[in-house]
Amino acid sequence: MSFIPPIGDFPILSREVNGRRLAYLDSAASAQKPKAVLDAMTEFATTEFANVHRGVHTLAAAATGRYEAARARVARFLNAKHTDEIIFTRGGTEALNLVSYSFLSPRISAGDEIVVTKMEHHSNIVPWHFMRERKRAVLRWVEVRDDGSMNPSAFQAAITPKTKLVAVTHMSNVLGTVNPLKEIVAHAHAKNVPVVVDGCQGAVHEKVDVQDLDADFYAFTGHKLYGPTGIGALYGKRAHLKGMRPFNGGGEMIQEVTEARITYADPPHRFEAGTPPIIEAVGLAAAIDYVEGLGRAIVKEHELAIYAYAREALRQFNWLRVIGEAPSKGAILSFHAEGMHAHDLATILDREGVAVRAGHHCAQVLMERFDVASTTRASFALYSTREDVDCLIAGLDKARKILAA
Amino acid sequence: MIADDSLRELYQEVILDHSRHPRHFGPLEHATHNGEGHNPLCGDRINVHLVLDGAGKIADIKFEGRGCAISQASASLMTEMLAGRTVGEAERLMDGFLRLVKGEDASDLSEDDRERLDVMAGVSAFPMRVKCATLAWHTMKSALQGGGSAKTE
Repeated sequence: MSFIPPIGDFPILSREVNGRRLAYLDSAASAQKPKAVLDAMTEFATTEFANVHRGVHTLAAAATGRYEAARARVARFLNAKHTDEIIFTRGGTEALNLVSYSFLSPRISAGDEIVVTKMEHHSNIVPWHFMRERKRAVLRWVEVRDDGSMNPSAFQAAITPKTKLVAVTHMSNVLGTVNPLKEIVAHAHAKNVPVVVDGCQGAVHEKVDVQDLDADFYAFTGHKLYGPTGIGALYGKRAHLKGMRPFNGGGEMIQEVTEARITYADPPHRFEAGTPPIIEAVGLAAAIDYVEGLGRAIVKEHELAIYAYAREALRQFNWLRVIGEAPSKGAILSFHAEGMHAHDLATILDREGVAVRAGHHCAQVLMERFDVASTTRASFALYSTREDVDCLIAGLDKARKILAA
Repeated sequence: MIADDSLRELYQEVILDHSRHPRHFGPLEHATHNGEGHNPLCGDRINVHLVLDGAGKIADIKFEGRGCAISQASASLMTEMLAGRTVGEAERLMDGFLRLVKGEDASDLSEDDRERLDVMAGVSAFPMRVKCATLAWHTMKSALQGGGSAKTE
């Protein structure tokens, strides 16, 4: 059984860039949107839209129904035990900041430790740095091996009686490394330390079962999952969420407000102050329907096949060093080109219609670990093809001729 | 060999030569002014050093750092062109350059300056790369204004 990338489902992929066929290899930054997602949002906005959890009129009821149905859809996607364990956020970043502010901040004091890996995206670093700045907490960094993999027992060593949280990515946005989450969580829980997982890449490429992982928190974003921007979700265990203070204050998150006091709504609404991204929630649910409809296992197999094809093709260039070759990794290919800067490469590739990411990928700690200022990254998605890879290879060959002649 | 005209314009031989063999590259002892520049977009850093003599002339000038071909070439060209100028002349040149790479009017520059800077004009066709070209110049401006750091955004 072979998977044929449904390119026709993605209108943008048929456009040209700089007079060339577009080879969009930047899906790890943001994925393109299938028509099914755009149509679902338009259909909802044109037939059932109103604000949620407010009015009693017909549209308010319909919109509230769609919004809460989207929450249930996300809960099923992650296999959460309860739908009220899903909080809608603006994205992965807000989800992780919510954990920092509402969960960790009241539990952490000077000298306490947060264990974080060197392969984290800044969104899973900066919220913990806030705790260092504001609470004088200490960050303990878990090393990454030369091949980009992580040693689960390194977590064991990093966790001390002072550890209040482990923060780890499911899948590195630079290396593609897929971390052994289950083992990491087990090590942490053996020492009564909760674990927050950055699933912004992991939720796209890996099957997620939060009950099986036993993670305390799992954050992901919609736009990398073929959904709209402006929405993400945080899974949190019900027992945690019930005891957490609100993040933002405003409408919808309260039970009662008087001149003298306030009481808060129950989770998840306690954490969703103000009008939430309603249309985007409907879009996110449609995106999940779309990827699950294609079959997650077969999509992953396809992406890994494209990755393998690209990895093999890159071997012809002895001036390239691939960064991230962990045994367990997803369809992300980062490389450093000797004597050529990633931005020069990316500019030349762009003229060939090839969209790649160049820079530090919001992972400066990792860049320093591998002693590079930046890398070029090609990331693959369900719509990636061998032809896209061929364009990349031809573009790299041309870049070398221009820059290193 | 390069089919695309705008690419040929961007990566012309003079630029590649400057980036491969940057002029005035390295530390500078007894610098009177220093500046540190950072492009948060790509993580590139640059340091500029200069010696202003008693007459307000740039007696010596150097830069250090790493970056893309555009930023390195631009820094190299800048040091070549600023050496020996007074602060006032340097500032006029820098302002003109910053307009030129954005595709704006720079006709107030001398013909000779415009000719030498013309190699960088191709950058204006690549809006995402203008910051690469301007980093060294912003850094030099901040150095002349008493030092400190410059950012491209």
